[in-house]
Amino acid sequence: MLYDVIIIGSGVTGAFIARELSRYQMHTCIVEKESDICMGTSKANSAIIHAGYDAVPGSLKARLNVTGNEMMEMACRELDVPFQRIGSLVLAFSESEREKLVDLYERGVRNGVKGMSIISDSEIKQMVPNVSSEAAYALYASSAGIVCPYELTIGAVENAVENGVELKLDSEVKQVRFEHSQFVVSTGKEDLRCRYLVNACGLYADTISSMVGDDSFVIKPRKGEYILLDKSQGCMVGKVIFQLPSHRGKGILVTPTVDGNLLIGPSAQEVDDREDKSTSASVMEQIIRGARKSVPNFNTRELVTSFSGLRAAASTGDFIIEPSRVNKKFIHVAGIESPGLTAAPAIGKYTVEILKEQGLTLVEKTDFNPLRKPVKRFRELGMEELNQLIRKDPRYGKIVCRCERVTEGEIVDCINRPAGARDVDGVKRRTRAGMGRCQGGFCTPRVVEILARELGIPMEDVTKSGRKSKILMSKTK
Amino acid sequence: MKEIDLVVIGGGPAGMAAAISAHKNGIRDILIIERDSSLGGILNQCIHNGFGLHIFGEELTGPEYAWRFAQQVEELGIECKLNTMVLDISGDKTITAVNSTEGVMRIQAKAVMLGMGCRERNRGALGIPGMRPAGIFTAGTAQRFVNIEGYLPGRKVVILGSGDIGLIMARRMTLEGAEVRMVCEIMPYSGGLTRNIVQCLEDFGIPLKLSHTIIGIHGKDRLEGVTVAAVDKNRVPLMETAEYVECDTLLLSVGLIPENELSKEAGILMDPVTLGPVVNESMETSLEGVFACGNAVHVHDLVDNVTKEAMLAGECAAKYILGSGRSEGCKALKTVAGNGIRYVVPQLVCKEALGKESKLFFRVDNVYKNIRIVAAVGDKILYETRKLKVSPGEMESIRLHASIAGSMGDEGEIIVSLEEC
Repeated sequence: MLYDVIIIGSGVTGAFIARELSRYQMHTCIVEKESDICMGTSKANSAIIHAGYDAVPGSLKARLNVTGNEMMEMACRELDVPFQRIGSLVLAFSESEREKLVDLYERGVRNGVKGMSIISDSEIKQMVPNVSSEAAYALYASSAGIVCPYELTIGAVENAVENGVELKLDSEVKQVRFEHSQFVVSTGKEDLRCRYLVNACGLYADTISSMVGDDSFVIKPRKGEYILLDKSQGCMVGKVIFQLPSHRGKGILVTPTVDGNLLIGPSAQEVDDREDKSTSASVMEQIIRGARKSVPNFNTRELVTSFSGLRAAASTGDFIIEPSRVNKKFIHVAGIESPGLTAAPAIGKYTVEILKEQGLTLVEKTDFNPLRKPVKRFRELGMEELNQLIRKDPRYGKIVCRCERVTEGEIVDCINRPAGARDVDGVKRRTRAGMGRCQGGFCTPRVVEILARELGIPMEDVTKSGRKSKILMSKTK
Repeated sequence: MKEIDLVVIGGGPAGMAAAISAHKNGIRDILIIERDSSLGGILNQCIHNGFGLHIFGEELTGPEYAWRFAQQVEELGIECKLNTMVLDISGDKTITAVNSTEGVMRIQAKAVMLGMGCRERNRGALGIPGMRPAGIFTAGTAQRFVNIEGYLPGRKVVILGSGDIGLIMARRMTLEGAEVRMVCEIMPYSGGLTRNIVQCLEDFGIPLKLSHTIIGIHGKDRLEGVTVAAVDKNRVPLMETAEYVECDTLLLSVGLIPENELSKEAGILMDPVTLGPVVNESMETSLEGVFACGNAVHVHDLVDNVTKEAMLAGECAAKYILGSGRSEGCKALKTVAGNGIRYVVPQLVCKEALGKESKLFFRVDNVYKNIRIVAAVGDKILYETRKLKVSPGEMESIRLHASIAGSMGDEGEIIVSLEEC
């Protein structure tokens, strides 16, 4: 089989490129090294849809941020992903900081951002009472919002697969050759052939790039640690609260999540190890201190969990979305750090444009379906709907995760969908089972049982997140 | 909408005893709602013995103890809905619940008994830094895997927390062939019963490291090791004592939290120390006709006490339904945790409503030796006794005899405190 396009990487970037390509008649394949999709930065970030005033005008980040922001509502509706356009505030604590807000505002205007204004302390207090009274001014942006980033990625991949894209997991690319106008992509399991190759490898974009002899950029991972607080804290603020950005990033934010938790972070530390997603006590303290500057009174005793993600920052400072100088049919989609999540739908379209420029023929499918099969979630349905659903499938009446109200029906469904869950964390990301206050203490044994049953594997082979992350050692004596 | 006199939420030891007691006190229209596939609650996975020393004069295993009550429930013909999850309790005592056969249902209750038990504090809530590999379990979840599912969660184990569940699991894992390398306890004393320290750690040569905690978790896919460190008297880790301990499993026994999502959503007044509802001497919460008992109110050490508490609650719920409960004009005194005391339950006491078995339960906030326990209203001492040793891991009680009730006035607060001998 000669694929038209192989996309390496199933993060939000690869997902939207695949989905965009699936509108057209061609053979596309996503190749992913992990045991599940969305295992990189796409599952561990601030989950913010940025307005777009941060990025340097004229940069790809700026353009694609604003376009992506505009496309996000429809994308989330089509993919059945929660999205709330709640707006954001960048806080300034002095007159000199106010000047920096003005800079951001003007940048935003140049980038085409609408719905911004600079507001005073009394307006801040009215809008978000729990913001520190030390905040003197703020840049309000109405177009900012919050999303579920892993659900967005999973939804996009699922829709792409439903529309004919192939997905190969546990397939780390070891070597890329170019012979007879074809790429030969070797994963160690097999050799795949394609006419065009898309590098959406996140933290390893430079590694893959080197495989074709292109060393024009380096990825410098920058870790961000986060703290997630209980849903009782989620109503502390009704908007995304930023501080002024620095050269290291957008700074520590305090934001509600689409699920009602309060998210605080991230930090920004350069790291060498691309697999180092550890958290540390000192950084956690730093994040809490930093966040209290914006919102002094959140309760850290209501801690649900903490985690970290790695930004795939490119040495060039901007997104790198262009054909490789070494081989024009090898398209880089690299350095996708913030605002990568916001830009994703736009990156998808933009990348397909580049492929078209490089000779890829685009013939629209007549049967492309942009709508992902909606997910039935117990916690979202009313009594009547639930009873109809339970009559049809009694498993929707069996609550497995009581903290997040997730039923057996939803868990079975998420395993059996295209690009479905194959491990405990995969079920968690797709259904929220295990994300609540008890962090899987109650539901894990049941989830393991359901996975074993649905996948036809022994319980001892069920993993937390693929490969060697087995949960159980053996049967007891 | 179905109407039931008494809806009992939870079919564990608390719920079962409360239902049986209500029946004995004249209520016939009772429904127990239980989310698991059988009655028994957490006892079903507690296969070790030591239950029932006070109630039955025997040392039963958890399932045996539970079975004695489940049998009675069946003999008395008390209705149970198993595999059913309560979703909501409204302020007017409407229960919303769901199961696979009946779907989502609403039940109007005259009285409600909260017996939801408790859940475990987890790694996320503790914020233990490091990686997030497989192999980290709360002790109760590991216990479920071993005792109910029949699977071994790990082979080289470190346990954080010397509460009873941690101690029990240290022994359990050892009996299944695992190597338990150590139990770390952040406090300078153990949180569990003395008999468990002896029978689970000392008998098996498992080291107990007091004033130690875990400051790092290592391993990408599966746990590879933890970093253990000693702590100072403020429980701050002493970095120079940090030691890497190789292991593939970390069990956490770091605290139990009464399950009260339902109570909170119903607007019931909660106690910020116990994390359970504020209750009066009749085990009634701030919501009229809603009673609570067992671990949902405060975490117990002995199931025998849960049973006694539940029997009282069931009796009071029955009286309430029959219209012979405590009167409206009942003036309740607050109980206060004084010097050396962490909390007192019940938080409100009305002397007219006290029964023969009425007790004040409390926990101390530290280990004390040679102390006096005093319950007083102002200068008037209601009760005092001496004890050689008290510790936070062993709940204490004061029986509120008729004579004590007699000396209680209508004003003031009952302060329970520790004083030097």
